[in-house]
Amino acid sequence: MKSPDFKMRIFLTGVGGQGTLLASRLLGEAALAAGYSPLVSETHGMAQRGGIVVSTVVLGNLESPLISPGEADILLGFEPLETFRALDRCHSRTLVLANTAAIIPYSVAIGQCAYPQVKHLLELMEPYVGGLLAFDASVLARQAGSPLAVNMVLLGALGHTKILPFPPEALEEVVRRKTNPKFLDTNLIAFRLGREAAAAPQNWRKAWSP
Amino acid sequence: MSELLSGRPGEPRLLLGNEAIARGALEAGVALAATYPGTPASEIGDRFYEISRQTDLVFEYSVNEKVALEVAAGAAAAGWRALASMKHVGLNVAADALMTLGYVGVKGGLVIVSADDPSLFSSQNEQDNRFYAKMAGIPMLEPANPQEAKDMTRAAFALSEELGLPVLLRTTTRVNHTRGAVTLGELPPRSGPGNFVKNPFQLVMVPAVAREAHARLLAKQAMARQKAEDSPFNVLQGNGPWGLVASGVAAAYTADALSELGLKDRVTFLKLGFTHPLPEGLIAHFLSKVERVLVVEELEPYLEEGLRGIAQARGLTLPIQGKGESGLSRLYEYHPGLVRQVISRYFGLPAEDTPPADPAALYGGPLPDRPPNLCPGCPHRAMYYAVKIALKDLGMEGIFPTDIGCYTLGLLPPLSMADFLICMGSSITTACGISRATGQKVVAFIGDSTFFHAGLTGLANAVHNRHDLLLIILDNGTTAMTGHQPHPGVSPPPPGYPGVHLPIPRVVKALGVEQVWVVNPLKYQESLAATKEALTAKGIRVLISQAPCHLYLARITGKKRRARFQVQDPCGECRHCLEDFGCPAMALKPPEEGGGMYIDQELCSGCAFCVQWCEHIRPVKVS
Repeated sequence: MKSPDFKMRIFLTGVGGQGTLLASRLLGEAALAAGYSPLVSETHGMAQRGGIVVSTVVLGNLESPLISPGEADILLGFEPLETFRALDRCHSRTLVLANTAAIIPYSVAIGQCAYPQVKHLLELMEPYVGGLLAFDASVLARQAGSPLAVNMVLLGALGHTKILPFPPEALEEVVRRKTNPKFLDTNLIAFRLGREAAAAPQNWRKAWSP
Repeated sequence: MSELLSGRPGEPRLLLGNEAIARGALEAGVALAATYPGTPASEIGDRFYEISRQTDLVFEYSVNEKVALEVAAGAAAAGWRALASMKHVGLNVAADALMTLGYVGVKGGLVIVSADDPSLFSSQNEQDNRFYAKMAGIPMLEPANPQEAKDMTRAAFALSEELGLPVLLRTTTRVNHTRGAVTLGELPPRSGPGNFVKNPFQLVMVPAVAREAHARLLAKQAMARQKAEDSPFNVLQGNGPWGLVASGVAAAYTADALSELGLKDRVTFLKLGFTHPLPEGLIAHFLSKVERVLVVEELEPYLEEGLRGIAQARGLTLPIQGKGESGLSRLYEYHPGLVRQVISRYFGLPAEDTPPADPAALYGGPLPDRPPNLCPGCPHRAMYYAVKIALKDLGMEGIFPTDIGCYTLGLLPPLSMADFLICMGSSITTACGISRATGQKVVAFIGDSTFFHAGLTGLANAVHNRHDLLLIILDNGTTAMTGHQPHPGVSPPPPGYPGVHLPIPRVVKALGVEQVWVVNPLKYQESLAATKEALTAKGIRVLISQAPCHLYLARITGKKRRARFQVQDPCGECRHCLEDFGCPAMALKPPEEGGGMYIDQELCSGCAFCVQWCEHIRPVKVS
């Protein structure tokens, strides 16, 4: 049974087109179905065109939809540079799930600066967070049938960690109910591959237990 | 069926603030809605559009916000409940109507939604539209979350009819674009046909009528003030000696701060949702109960100034703090941690623990930034490229007044083709002034939707007053930036769209422009040749760049381009494509991967533009 003081803050970050909005909406729907009062805050408009897209999901006894620096309990990172950039949202117990597949920004594309080594970014993050799961979610999405299914892979992995106040099956149920039936098979495979990735010990750079 | 029409009363739904506004209007029996799309208000109109296709609700995408408000005002004058929604700067366009609408009054309820954008996520300024309610003399409600957005919208219609005044529902991005649990209410049937009852000596604002109407408006404001005193949206919580006042999403941050700081017993919290006219009696009562007051509101010190005025009139001398010293800024949106720190400091509580990790400091330097960019395959980029090359070939330098839409991203490198922008439609008109003052080569850019919104009058003026400029209309057939809404020039129209098509070339010629070129920007040689002609001619010239937004086309046809392109190895790395064109699909491999140009096959849209000017790029088969 949930405590009246239960609070959870989930910060999602990625690049326009990666499906962070759908992921945050599905988390909100699953929370609503489980009896938590979610707030989901989204970025729309100009910033979406290839720029950084962040969204937040807060559950429980909270009225504010935003997450301030140092206050995210979960960081769901769709792209490694953006995940690292959002480290200021984390505290010492934050669970970080990081897709390791990079999306190159323009400054890097023209050789003006280098894309940081992903491994180095993860090493830098590790001491500052409570748990760090890192794997190539983009490869798994393609394996599931669509490069656009990164969001489903990450949701599957998040479901597996048991940090959420509802089981992965509840999240999967929302994927069934609320995503485009045309892509349902791909989405469900991607979700399962994400769960498996979180179950593989070698993907955990820093172990985390609920 | 639209999600907003389904669901049993009492059922909770996860709704976006904007969806909650649409649902609230439906629960109030709204009969007509009109809008011009603009972030963060766009989804209100988009949901009404869907619903209008399935019910008898009348909805239109108007050509601009003034038009939308006047269409809604006409319907309300005829007894219908009507709503006009817009982003904050849209209310500037509609302000001419707004300022006299209070004089004329309404018969059916009229709700005006203004979506303000603190932090300018998608806007040219962060003006605080609460002052519009004060200036126009109309009641205003400010929701803090999606549930309140729905409840206040529904209540606003009843309030509007009781007072005979339009009501401003003032939201901010963080309310419009937050999803939250919203409990649904009943959906009543809409009223039948309206009936316009003639009453010219109250409804035609000539000076003699308007003098009396102004006095009527002031009398109604006294009634509105009483409504604010009695409103369930203005709530006094707690009984402590420390006073806090907040409205909108800042009230949510304040409530969380009080709970996290454990201050509930020491504070009296006045949460205001009906904020014009201010409930003076309630505020005076609050001020007389507390020792000092902190006002938490985003943007301008609207409540703060109101409170100070009320305190002064009643001889109350308690300290009232808001903007400035407290740490609360007039700039940008707030967040919960900031509000908590400010409250904590104001009441002398101990400071919070250490700040979180700083990623850039940890990395040892700035992280590569990631500005937004025009999409791969965007026809705007192709047109910008042709203008850039044409100017280079002709040895000319262009000055580029630009306008509001996706194409404003032409500002960023490597295109760097935006030099001046104020507001919707300002490209054409500021180009007139720059060209007259300098004699420099002025090339103005405007999008198709913006052209209909605020470009027509500017172009008529440029023709009439014999200005010398080249106007490039970047016509991608849709209002792309805000989510592909139709406009009079929409092409191709969405399936079943009832609007009449106004082709831009005919409109331009009808406005008296004699030198007109129409090109497909994805056909490089043709567009380059036409651009050179247009650049070297004199007088007012218009070049229309016509190619649909391919995201829009894929959305309405369900078809995607099949071809993909790749750089043949080795290409010589002249870097022209990166430094002058900048398609996001093109990149240079890092040295440790052997260097060399490549095109990302997942990003390439297959527009086949680069292949027309780079011999090293070739089509590849799509598996």
